[in-house]
Amino acid sequence: MPADVLDAPTTPEVTHEAPAPRKPRRGLRTIGSYTLLTAGAIIVLFPIYVTIVNSLLPLNQLVHQPPPLFPTHPQWHDYSAAWNGGQMSKYMATSAIMTAIIVAGQLLTSVLAAYAFAFLTFPFKRTLFVVCLATLMIPLEVTFITNLDTITSLGWFNSYAGLSIPFLATGFGIFLLRQAFLQIPRDLQEAAQLDGYGHMRFLLRVAVPLARPALAALAVFSFLAAWNQYLWPLVATGGTSPLDTVQIGLKQLLGTQVSTIPVALAGTVIAFVPLVILLLVFQKQLVRSLTAGAVK
Amino acid sequence: MTAVVGVPVPAAADAPARPSASLRARRRKQSLLAYVLILPAMVLFGVFSFYPFLRNFKLMLYETPPVPGLPAHYVGLHQIIPTITSTSFTQSLVTTLVFVVLVVPISLLAGLGLAVAAHRKLKGMTAYRLIFSSTVVSSVAVAAVVFGTLLNPVVGLLPWLGINPTPPALESSTWALPSVALLTIWQFLGLSFIIMSAGLQSVPDELLEAARIDGAGPWTRFWRMTVPLLSPTIFFAGVISTIYAFQAFGAVDILIGNQNAARLHTNVLIYNIVTQLQIENNDGAAAIMAIVLFLILLVLTILQMRFLERRVTYAR
Repeated sequence: MPADVLDAPTTPEVTHEAPAPRKPRRGLRTIGSYTLLTAGAIIVLFPIYVTIVNSLLPLNQLVHQPPPLFPTHPQWHDYSAAWNGGQMSKYMATSAIMTAIIVAGQLLTSVLAAYAFAFLTFPFKRTLFVVCLATLMIPLEVTFITNLDTITSLGWFNSYAGLSIPFLATGFGIFLLRQAFLQIPRDLQEAAQLDGYGHMRFLLRVAVPLARPALAALAVFSFLAAWNQYLWPLVATGGTSPLDTVQIGLKQLLGTQVSTIPVALAGTVIAFVPLVILLLVFQKQLVRSLTAGAVK
Repeated sequence: MTAVVGVPVPAAADAPARPSASLRARRRKQSLLAYVLILPAMVLFGVFSFYPFLRNFKLMLYETPPVPGLPAHYVGLHQIIPTITSTSFTQSLVTTLVFVVLVVPISLLAGLGLAVAAHRKLKGMTAYRLIFSSTVVSSVAVAAVVFGTLLNPVVGLLPWLGINPTPPALESSTWALPSVALLTIWQFLGLSFIIMSAGLQSVPDELLEAARIDGAGPWTRFWRMTVPLLSPTIFFAGVISTIYAFQAFGAVDILIGNQNAARLHTNVLIYNIVTQLQIENNDGAAAIMAIVLFLILLVLTILQMRFLERRVTYAR
């Protein structure tokens, strides 16, 4: 109420209708907001837009100045070149298989361990949970030297096993799912026990369905992390192998010549599509997993 | 001593709360189940996290001779000082720090600015939020190809704008690192925006509204209200982006590589470790650098864990 009084003095008549005097200023503020937002959006999207436009240009237009900001005669052959000749189809398949193994594995090991930490009592429970969290402090960059030796001696170098098995468990996943399981009321567990539910049945029929949002968040997070991995797929396959993932494949496509750029750009757009779909469909889950720990 | 005290105590302590045989059996069964459930994760952590982590401390004691084919030999602690004082290592540490300083403040500020701008309830805000979050899904390889083309000396906007440095940005000792930083900022922007937006939602709107009514302009409100209120969130985002920036590798590998004239100026820590391992075949030096990296990340992770812990306490 006092706000309207303070804002009002410009025109005496409108003091009777409370919201009216703020209108022009609010309108100005809205225009300002939209200007800022649109400028930000253009800056963020510009690199992607240019990439898409360039991927549709013939080579002579690509080096043309000023560069065309819209493809007047879009050429799609760089896409087929990237998909077939550039082997993007193979890279995508490799990434998809590796990612699927990692996501499935992480969900499974995290559900099992998180259930134990949330619902069961056993000696050294706290210590073992801290051990799980401690893995968050040991990044791949510190372990890959020996992990490379390990997968080589197991005969997993340059294989799906070598690409995925080191990542099948995650301290973050166990933490996230334990939190979700702890929200399930204890009464529910007792009621299930009275109904003769064993632990496995309670896990599958009650705990997992109730923790679905957290499971989805973990799945999306694992997918993104696995799909976008760079260092490990590079060293674990040697960098130029039939098992190159999309990320390593883009490096091969880019090459060093200007003539390879359009195909690399088409490949990049192809590689970006699954991620855009992920963002559009699972934005909520993604935000949830990325902000776990940031705010309560 | 144990004999004297040990005899009467167990009986006295056990007697009142001795669990029945069936209860003890049930507890044992539950413990067994628990261990079976955590076993897969524990085995994987042991083999692929703790063992390789600890083995760094063994590897650092061995030196690989410069001649290929010879086995590594034990040198004890004598390799450590030369490695961490070597020009290659100190330079890569400085390069990494410069990289962090280039990347983190700008991506935090840009993310915060966009989050504040997108906080108002206006039409079309969902689309704007989606756009600002979008770079979080971009991989380092995608970002590298995109920006590699934008910065290309023949293709793209730079030659048209008359910005045509010789050597080209990605081969220049001055501009190669800022170029890699630029694409990293773009890539981090999405995450920064997401974290800041989530933080903003916990700030009561009435507070900012009250400040606005009291005549505080947008600039004052941003620096005097939003930033202090969001400081825990900003700190969290800062730690996370610093950790990520210390782990930078892919962009350097794709855009600079090891043939480039600018490679000495973009030799970030991880790139150095990979070079020691794969080109020099010196596992010992790689392990020592990995341990230093670990110690740096440890300090940062402990800071971050503080927040994780606080969240656990709140959530219970």
